[in-house]
Amino acid sequence: MSAFLVLDDGRIFEGDSWAATGETFGEAVFTTGMTGYQETLTDPSYHKQVVIMTAPHIGNTGMNKIDEESKQIWVSGFVVRNPSPVSSNWRATSDLESDLIKASVVGISGIDTRALTRHIRDRGAMRVGIFSKMELTREEMVIRVRQAPAMSGAFLSEDVSTAKPYVISPPAGTAKEFKVAAIDLGIKAATPRNMAARGMEVHVLPITTTIADIEALNPDGVFLSNGPGDPATMHGVIELVREILERKIPIFGICFGQQILGRALGFETYKLQFGHRGINQPVLNKTTGRVEITAHNHGFAVEAPTDVRFTTVYGAGEVTHISLNDGVVEGLRLIDRPAFSVQYHPEAAAGPHDANYLFDDFADLMRSARA
Amino acid sequence: MPKDPSIKSVLVIGSGPIVIGQACEFDYSGTQACRVLRAEGIRVILVNSNPATIMTDPEFADATYIEPITTQFLEEIIAKERPDAILATLGGQTALNAAIGLHSAGLLEKYGTKLIGADVDAIERGENREIFRSIVAKIGGESAQSVVCHTITDCYKAATELNYPVVVRPSFTMGGLGSGIAFNREDLELIAGAGLRHSPTSEVLLEESILGWKEFELEVMRDHNDNVVIVCSIENIDPMGVHTGDSITVAPALTLTDVEFQNLRNLSIKIIREVGVATGGCNIQFAINPLDGRIVVIEMNPRVSRSSALASKATGFPIAKIATKLAIGYSLDEIRNDITKMTPASFEPTLDYIVVKVPRFAFEKFPEADPRLTTTMKSVGEAMAIGRSFPEALQKALRSLEKKGSSFSWETPSQNVATLLDLMRTPTEFRLRQVQQALAFGASIAEVHSATKIDIWFLTQIDLINELAKNISAAADLDRPLLLQAKRMGFSDQQISTLRAISEDEVRRLRHRLELRPVYKTVDTCAAEFEAFTPYHYSSYEEESEVKPRTKPAVIILGSGPNRIGQGIEFDYSCVHASFTLSEAGYETIMVNCNPETVSTDYDTSDRLYFEPLTLEDVLEIINAETIAGPVLGVIAQLGGQTPLGLAQGLLDAGVTILGTSPAAINLAEDRGEFGRILNEAGLRAPEYGMAFSFEEAVAVATRIKYPVLVRPSFVLGGRGMEIVYDDESLKSFIVKATEITPNHPVLIDRFLDDAIEIDVDALFDGESLYLAGVMEHIEEAGIHSGDSACVLPSMSLTPSQLLEIRDATEKIARGVGVRGLINIQYAVAANQLYVLEANPRASRTVPYVSKATGVQLAKAAARICVGATLAQLRELEMLPNLEVGKAHGISVKEAVLPWNRFRRTDGKGVDSVLGPEMRSTGEVMGIADNFGAAYAKSQIASFGPLPQNGSVFLSLSEKDKTAALSSAQELFAMGFKIYATSGTHTFLAANGVASTSVRKHSEDERNANDESAVEIITSGKVDLIINTPLGRGTRQDGWLIRTAAIQRSLPCITTIPGFKAAVAGIQSLRNDQLAVRSLQSWLS
Repeated sequence: MSAFLVLDDGRIFEGDSWAATGETFGEAVFTTGMTGYQETLTDPSYHKQVVIMTAPHIGNTGMNKIDEESKQIWVSGFVVRNPSPVSSNWRATSDLESDLIKASVVGISGIDTRALTRHIRDRGAMRVGIFSKMELTREEMVIRVRQAPAMSGAFLSEDVSTAKPYVISPPAGTAKEFKVAAIDLGIKAATPRNMAARGMEVHVLPITTTIADIEALNPDGVFLSNGPGDPATMHGVIELVREILERKIPIFGICFGQQILGRALGFETYKLQFGHRGINQPVLNKTTGRVEITAHNHGFAVEAPTDVRFTTVYGAGEVTHISLNDGVVEGLRLIDRPAFSVQYHPEAAAGPHDANYLFDDFADLMRSARA
Repeated sequence: MPKDPSIKSVLVIGSGPIVIGQACEFDYSGTQACRVLRAEGIRVILVNSNPATIMTDPEFADATYIEPITTQFLEEIIAKERPDAILATLGGQTALNAAIGLHSAGLLEKYGTKLIGADVDAIERGENREIFRSIVAKIGGESAQSVVCHTITDCYKAATELNYPVVVRPSFTMGGLGSGIAFNREDLELIAGAGLRHSPTSEVLLEESILGWKEFELEVMRDHNDNVVIVCSIENIDPMGVHTGDSITVAPALTLTDVEFQNLRNLSIKIIREVGVATGGCNIQFAINPLDGRIVVIEMNPRVSRSSALASKATGFPIAKIATKLAIGYSLDEIRNDITKMTPASFEPTLDYIVVKVPRFAFEKFPEADPRLTTTMKSVGEAMAIGRSFPEALQKALRSLEKKGSSFSWETPSQNVATLLDLMRTPTEFRLRQVQQALAFGASIAEVHSATKIDIWFLTQIDLINELAKNISAAADLDRPLLLQAKRMGFSDQQISTLRAISEDEVRRLRHRLELRPVYKTVDTCAAEFEAFTPYHYSSYEEESEVKPRTKPAVIILGSGPNRIGQGIEFDYSCVHASFTLSEAGYETIMVNCNPETVSTDYDTSDRLYFEPLTLEDVLEIINAETIAGPVLGVIAQLGGQTPLGLAQGLLDAGVTILGTSPAAINLAEDRGEFGRILNEAGLRAPEYGMAFSFEEAVAVATRIKYPVLVRPSFVLGGRGMEIVYDDESLKSFIVKATEITPNHPVLIDRFLDDAIEIDVDALFDGESLYLAGVMEHIEEAGIHSGDSACVLPSMSLTPSQLLEIRDATEKIARGVGVRGLINIQYAVAANQLYVLEANPRASRTVPYVSKATGVQLAKAAARICVGATLAQLRELEMLPNLEVGKAHGISVKEAVLPWNRFRRTDGKGVDSVLGPEMRSTGEVMGIADNFGAAYAKSQIASFGPLPQNGSVFLSLSEKDKTAALSSAQELFAMGFKIYATSGTHTFLAANGVASTSVRKHSEDERNANDESAVEIITSGKVDLIINTPLGRGTRQDGWLIRTAAIQRSLPCITTIPGFKAAVAGIQSLRNDQLAVRSLQSWLS
């Protein structure tokens, strides 16, 4: 009992110090995936978030090099019920706790993660702090949490975007068919990997990319990645997207990318009560009438009409996917311009591969735009 | 697409009697199916031969047929009812095989009906191993290398190619029946030989061994829109080589990375699509090589299975209910998740807790049987537990087994570490204990892993439990942090008390003083992402409880725990009935149970469900939590069998109100001296008896009352440890065994009544008056355990005055004991004298059977009496008829089903199937007709398969039985049966004008070399029916050989004279074509 998890609203959970010690702050979010903690930890979208794992045993399979979604662990704090003392998997190369310590991620274990999850579900995502082996009073801890920045209005893309462009080429044996400019707002490794597998040469570009840079690259399509932060702060990228829409270059957006496309089309984005974070989320594909089980990690969503077509300055469009749990907009498409996006993660990692076809759709879109 | 409007009536096929590999999980799934269909306004026609099921309650279907599940009977039902569709995917392998039978006979087309859920092609693709392998290859998966064989010669050849050991798997059997691992040619001959016989298609698959690989199972559902979801992943702690049903399993899978899990998920989805399970559920099993991650697809079941029931309870996702909705046309997104109300069923449950399932075995009932766990399922039941960590769930599950030696303990084991390491190489029911003890006493995780191949993650968790145990016993002070840690790791007060050498009560008082009590979390399908509206709870030592306050008075019903021989579905039936009726009466019903197979643990059954071990500690904590939540009227302990009865006194001592018969009254009936006094006062007789605490005392008693005597330890259920002994020597060997079983209880010795008729009675008593619900006459004579004996209702040979005598005796006993609710009494009638054998003031195994035969819901009435209703009031409510004695509608015969084909000796030969005072049946069937012969024939067909109408009979009668059997033998002869008989029987028959062919006993030398041996004529298929009454004492080698040969040929084998007589009556009925089907509703109307 040497660590405390302290919420913005004053509720405090006492637990065991685990991973790095010290203090950390962020937005408290829970994820319900039962597998894939490594992918979660290395997903840049979790930057500045303290992630609560609802699955009770974490760390069982250790850590490996292959399943990383980026070069580092991004979460600002990690909350688990029962951390594993061993790594049991033939691919494991290191163990979870030592990787977290290396990345200076403060953790806490042994707390009633279900009570904490219910608290956030009922009261919404909020600021949180973890204090591990610190000499502070409860009041002092609450004050420090309340001094931390909130997620609404947070501009975080600069922290996670690549400094320099880099290229992911199709794997050996796959012919290059397309050139894609991927704007990195916190891109996950699985995304370019999925695109490359379909013959796309993916140029991952920094957030500072201009329309001139894009024109110079002359891609078949532009990809807008996932990433952390409030989409309302993304003025530059939103403007860039409008320029791309003007030029009728095919666009595909995922997650944060959908929120940016939505804003570029003139829709508002809003913060969800506690977000969607898990790998079991049912999404209805309105075009086919079929249900996809999908990976989600979003705290914001686009406000758009789900029952009728809408009109934008770029012509007509429609909501293509909705969440069956709560009706949130999960996919957008323009009818008159080559642009579409989803709010969830077809690249999965972690999560099911049901929505993998969206990468094929992107290829088709680029193919037909060429014709 | 919503409901298919063309389906207005559906025939639901049940799974028949409870057998190993197919238990009450199919009552759970079938009951859900019936409920769903009726709620949709569909006419439900149900067939199931098992009367102990909830689904066969007349209110669950429009027409309930308690008839054998054979093509012939199904055709009659279909011809009569003309269902639009048949749902066969919820009744286990029995229903699936029945559906295939209907299809092959062209009956689906003939009657213009269709299968829903899965069609014959999909069943074929899923179950035919060759086709399934090609499907796996087509979708890019891998199967174990294998060869299909139809003869034993094929098998030898294939084994040489695959290298020993090889796995033998017969096609179209359930629970791995007939499968096994052959390490050499001799093994192969035994296993594959049996497998070829058990497979309806005489087909077995030989497979490369993947022993020691990790084993996983995914539960998959698909709808007609091709939406597929994975409901649950299950990981076997026991690696490949042990049948899933016999393995300790955990949900969710705990040792997979997301990449590995998604591979399994993708394969599962491709398989269900390719196999073409159009709508509904299936499970798919995988093995993973722990060294390189290679995945091998093992098999699929294109139907709802035992694992589906487990997955439903583990996740809160009701697979059978949803499968039924999908079968009648709904899609997953059109079905609401009951628990969250807001979200659809088209999602994948996610767990924020750990579920552990442990099997319960009954090897003590079959001392001859090979105790090794293999790919043939041998367990008879299971317990499930939920916790917030694996150690917590595991320890809760182990104590849920209610079996001595199941829970971890830390006294020095009798074997040293080296021996333990050696023993654990062979999986048995004791392996987990061996692992835990070896780790506790110095073996390393690596050593244990190398001996067992159990994943080091699980071994490490067990090691953590051991470490904490050391701390608990070494700590100077049992302070709050340590005690909390212990409770969070699932230690019971009892375990802690042993480690601290204090009493359990002291631990409980300390814990309460330190304010350490469990909280109750909710199984909600979504890890708290959405609010849960279904109070399905489990305990954990955490911060926040989710038990909601309530205002209605609550009745807590204690269930019966894991199924075991002697305590099975019949007790769950009574608990469920209590819940239904008390809910109707305006009470809040709270069910406590830990058996995932049951209807009682369906969250739809009671207002609140606690999935918890049935120990005093766990139950008291629930009562405490519910007392805080609102008024609690009390606890019903008389319906769940011995498990809750065993808790009643402890609960009472802790100040809990026991509703109905008091613990003192229960003890009174159990106490021979006290009970004898009641009988004396009432002028009733019991067989002479005595009680002994030592062998010398026992001999003295036996000498006084004369051999043969029936000996048993006190406080038992299902005749555990009961034996008829004929001399001092066998008495001594029994006492050695019995005192091992219950060291604190004396041994009871009764005079054994030879040639008596045994009578079983179920009655209700409200303190004033008695309702004699049913008087059942056993078909086998006294000495065969009542649970293994066939019986008939109404009784066939009692006179009206004897019935009256029984009624009066029952009332006197009920009054004398102080019953409030149900009482079951066993009587014997010998030489016109009524003897009271025993009285059990609780729901009995026969309650559902009597309820169905008489149309009176006994358990419901008993539950009402427990909360204060009188018989008069129940008559006003029309819950009881205006009669003093229940009236049977038609003649109903109950027959027991025995698991002989599941067990072999270590030498590979079958175990002896002779019946005795120790109960060994796993389930029962009922046959109902307007005459005894027809009812008996139906019961035999339902339990053993058809009785022959002509052909050959083998007769081997013991000396004392010859005269009694003569008339039946004559009748068979007159009907034209060819009779084979052993020499003594042959001579006797010849002297009485019945011609027979003499066959040689195995033990006789070969001087009559022309005669074939009895075993030879049976195994060569020359015989259609076997009558073999055992000799009583001495060598039973011949009888045993004959009976085991019969079981291997799946031939009916009758071992008693009354059974023989009934069989002949049944054959007469068959020949006269008197086996018409009739629904229960029609019988009862």
